Amino acid sequence: MKTAVIAFPGSNCDSDMYYAIRDGLEQEVDYVWHQETSLDGYDAIMIPGGFSYGDYLRSGAIARFSNIMPAVIAAAAAGKPILGVCNGFQILLEAGLLPGAMLRNKGLKFICRHVDLEVMNNTTLFSSLYDKGETISIPVAHGEGNYYCDAETLTKLEAENRIVFKYKNNPNGSAADIAGIINERGNVLGMMPHPERATEALLGSAHGLRLFQSILKHWRESHATLTS
Amino acid sequence: MKKVKVYITLKESVLDPQGQAVAGAMHHLGYQEVKDVRIGKFIELEIDSEEEIDDKIRAICEKLLANTVIENYRYEIEEGVPQ
Repeated sequence: MKTAVIAFPGSNCDSDMYYAIRDGLEQEVDYVWHQETSLDGYDAIMIPGGFSYGDYLRSGAIARFSNIMPAVIAAAAAGKPILGVCNGFQILLEAGLLPGAMLRNKGLKFICRHVDLEVMNNTTLFSSLYDKGETISIPVAHGEGNYYCDAETLTKLEAENRIVFKYKNNPNGSAADIAGIINERGNVLGMMPHPERATEALLGSAHGLRLFQSILKHWRESHATLTS
Repeated sequence: MKKVKVYITLKESVLDPQGQAVAGAMHHLGYQEVKDVRIGKFIELEIDSEEEIDDKIRAICEKLLANTVIENYRYEIEEGVPQ
């Protein structure tokens, strides 16, 4: 499986993501600069955290119009796995690949610590190696992770089982304790917590690794189907 | 050249933690009569064309300046800006 990590000016988790794929997952991975226009040849796309374009205007608002984004949108339409973490999640929201928007954390503080998440849906390609209802420890690091959507969208997300991760002790005021949601088709996941920062015990938790392993498992299974 | 003033505000239904903190500070200063504070953005543009200017401003606001999931926008076009 060949993975692209998109790097924007101001990304600061691109190296963590690269490390998680190369050393944690032991798969091929490249950085792709935001000025590129093609993602041909990549099986999975990672949009890492950070402060793209200094978070000017709104988090993700300017990155959403960078040169690489039409290729990201096309990859989403082609069914490729796309993971947006933290600022990457904000970019996916701004791009309309996921519904809703982010508000300033309820307590106004930038929160940087491990939090407990509950796995709500383990039938997605990103979460198949977790148990449903399992508690996992993954770090958050954000000032604007207070997920907001209108009541109608929230009902839809719940009815369609598209809330993949919830906070066990909501740190930021997020609607319905939402930490991560998936698109209708099930190939675009956005989450505020950083699984790439939790891929080995030395980092305080290895619970994030299974998310990447789930993506690889899905790729192997779909690849096997195609070639057999 | 037209000067355009764009005002972006959080929708009524959206909680504004920043505004609440500032309201708290006003109360602390003794201004108990302040009942609500909402914080928004004010953006000034200079546009070098008058052609379909309203359509252009609306498109700019909806595509980029405001996130209409959580924000409303309004704008004023200033007349008679010196060249």
